[in-house]
Amino acid sequence: MHRSTRALIGTTAVALLATACTGTSAAPQANDDATKDVTITFWHGWSSPAESAGINANIKAFEAAHPNIHVKTVGNINDDKIKQALRAGGANAPDVVSSFTTDNVGTFCSSNVLADLKPFLDKSGVDLDKTFPKALQDYTQFEGKRCTLPLLNDAYGLYYNKAAFKAAGITAPPKTLSEFDADAKKLTKVKGDSYSQLGFMPNFHGYESTTTHFAAQWNPTYFTADGKSNLAADPAFASMLKWQKNLVAELGGFAKLEKYRSTFGDEWGAKNPFQTGQVAMAIDGEWRLGMARDAGVKFDIGVAPFPVPDDQADSYGKGYLSGTIIGIASTSQKQNAAWELVKYLTTDTDAVVNFANAIHNVPSTLDALKSPKLDADPAFRTFLEISAHPKSNTTPASPNGGAYQLSLQDFGFSYESGKVTDLAAGLAKSDRQIDKDLAQVK
Amino acid sequence: MISPGLRQKRRREALRNVAFLSPWLIGVSVFFLYPLISTVYFSFMRYDGFTPPTWTGLKNWQYVFTDYPFFWPALRNTLWLVVVMVTLRVIFGLGIGLLITKVKTGAGFFRTAFYLPYLAPPVAATMAFAFLLNPGTGPVNNILGAIGLPQPGWFNDPHWSKPALTLLALWGIGDLMVIFMASLLDVPQEQYEAASLDGAGRWQQFRFVTLPNISPIILFAVVTGVIQTMQYYTQPLVAGKVASGIIGGSGQQVEPGYPDKSTLTLPQLVYHLGFQRFDTGGACVIALVLFALAMVFTALLMRRGSGFLATND
Repeated sequence: MHRSTRALIGTTAVALLATACTGTSAAPQANDDATKDVTITFWHGWSSPAESAGINANIKAFEAAHPNIHVKTVGNINDDKIKQALRAGGANAPDVVSSFTTDNVGTFCSSNVLADLKPFLDKSGVDLDKTFPKALQDYTQFEGKRCTLPLLNDAYGLYYNKAAFKAAGITAPPKTLSEFDADAKKLTKVKGDSYSQLGFMPNFHGYESTTTHFAAQWNPTYFTADGKSNLAADPAFASMLKWQKNLVAELGGFAKLEKYRSTFGDEWGAKNPFQTGQVAMAIDGEWRLGMARDAGVKFDIGVAPFPVPDDQADSYGKGYLSGTIIGIASTSQKQNAAWELVKYLTTDTDAVVNFANAIHNVPSTLDALKSPKLDADPAFRTFLEISAHPKSNTTPASPNGGAYQLSLQDFGFSYESGKVTDLAAGLAKSDRQIDKDLAQVK
Repeated sequence: MISPGLRQKRRREALRNVAFLSPWLIGVSVFFLYPLISTVYFSFMRYDGFTPPTWTGLKNWQYVFTDYPFFWPALRNTLWLVVVMVTLRVIFGLGIGLLITKVKTGAGFFRTAFYLPYLAPPVAATMAFAFLLNPGTGPVNNILGAIGLPQPGWFNDPHWSKPALTLLALWGIGDLMVIFMASLLDVPQEQYEAASLDGAGRWQQFRFVTLPNISPIILFAVVTGVIQTMQYYTQPLVAGKVASGIIGGSGQQVEPGYPDKSTLTLPQLVYHLGFQRFDTGGACVIALVLFALAMVFTALLMRRGSGFLATND
């Protein structure tokens, strides 16, 4: 190869390498004038007509209150799209994003992909303790860095088919897991090698029947104070897995239940197995109530807190909490205007109450929870109580998102199916895996 | 001793050659060299896409090969698919091509019938298969049960998920069928007549006339099939998600490769690490493994294939 050609290729390679090394530019300062005419882009995940109508009504009310700020909304967005858009930046990237899951708060905050909201909160004089419940404050920050705020709250409880309860002679929803197991068996009707009605689907693929949602009833500690995985050391996880596996066996065994599960319709559609009567009890979030009614279920729906372990009967009323989060893109050039929208959606009592009523979610501010305008449906009130219960809890934020939950879930699948039988060794192995995954992102 | 005039002339010629080559040079630099160099570079860096990359040495490589629980299952699945699915697709495509070239009437109908599935969008086709093969409600298992045959779990059973994906790939055989048909129709008829006069039967005609003539096409089908299978992403991802029923959310993680990691492929891991965990370095390691595997397979096939072609020539 000629020397000049080699030099040309070498120079090109160095230039390309140098370009590759540059990374992203520093986050812009929030120095835009929020009183000037501006259009901001808001990405959210709501997609059903009722949900879209709810968020659009809120946006319209915001624009009426802030005539100079126009909001371009983009719906049906998931976290993968958000991450890619925020990483790419550019003129079409969102200024404000919301996510249905709290799992990625650690990633969003630690990677600085979402702006630190503390300067904005200070500027507007928002007192977090007087505005949001403690649990919601916790799941919207990571290691002291607040890059998101809660935008409505989700609480998980027990749904039950009142007609099926009556037919089985059950007069009240179970409060402890022993009562729950007995009811699940009573409600189960075997038909051939399958079921005509299953009391409860305990398998971890049974939609919301997940390891983390069940584990919340034991108030688990996922990480030690120094950030190491704590699955094997905290007896909560072993207790939960033993309880679940026992129930799987009592209801017919893993394989039979899995085959029955494959007959279930879409979790989010009208054919949800609880709505069709295929299962008589289900663990689910507060949104199911509105969805089931919209689907026109023919039986009365009962709701109650999910049962607690027998030795923790005094903590009945608690449940798994989660919620939608909202934040401002670090790359946004319109952060002050974006903050006006975030502040309105998350702290304006009427906005929070109206939106909660519209999409059947639990409100996320203390004032909204006490608002007389809030949906007075007693069933819905059950979820407000679960949300307010001092022992209700959630999964902690982690710098690699829900990777630790995936490891626990993965072990749960192996344990329930009988592929792995040594519970203690399996949990210890999951701990090691979680610690390795965490080390990789540090 | 070269005169200054000659040297200047040669330099001008070199520059002109480079100018003529520049579209190719730019294309290769931007779309091949730059991504390749970047991928190698980032595989040694901790980079989340937001903060400047930092040097981590072999940490990403060590993590992927020893600590990332999805890598080895995905590699095994990818190799299984390369060996079984590619082989069956080539055999099936050739078989269908042979049959249709022999059909006397209705060839147009059969060509269309076998080609149409190839045009179906991969997501829609996979969802349709997941519905047909649903172990609880799918018509395939209902029919199998009615005639007393075992009813596999298909996409819900780790032992049957890859065979189910292979069935899906065979259903969309239209692309290979068309190129095999074209090559089969291109075999000189007089060679068959000569072979027939020499007393060759159908099998001998296929072995000594058809195969030598279409061997470059077979090699092409195998090499492109291997490369496509290395990039196999949409169908296993959709099949796993539909069969698991889990779409993800708080406390509900989407399980890669449902059931039991049996539908995991290496491209899914590139997405999982790079775009879901922000671990660009780890994703680059897997991309380089894929690149190396594709190069090795292609080189082996070309080497074996050149011998095959030479023998048949």
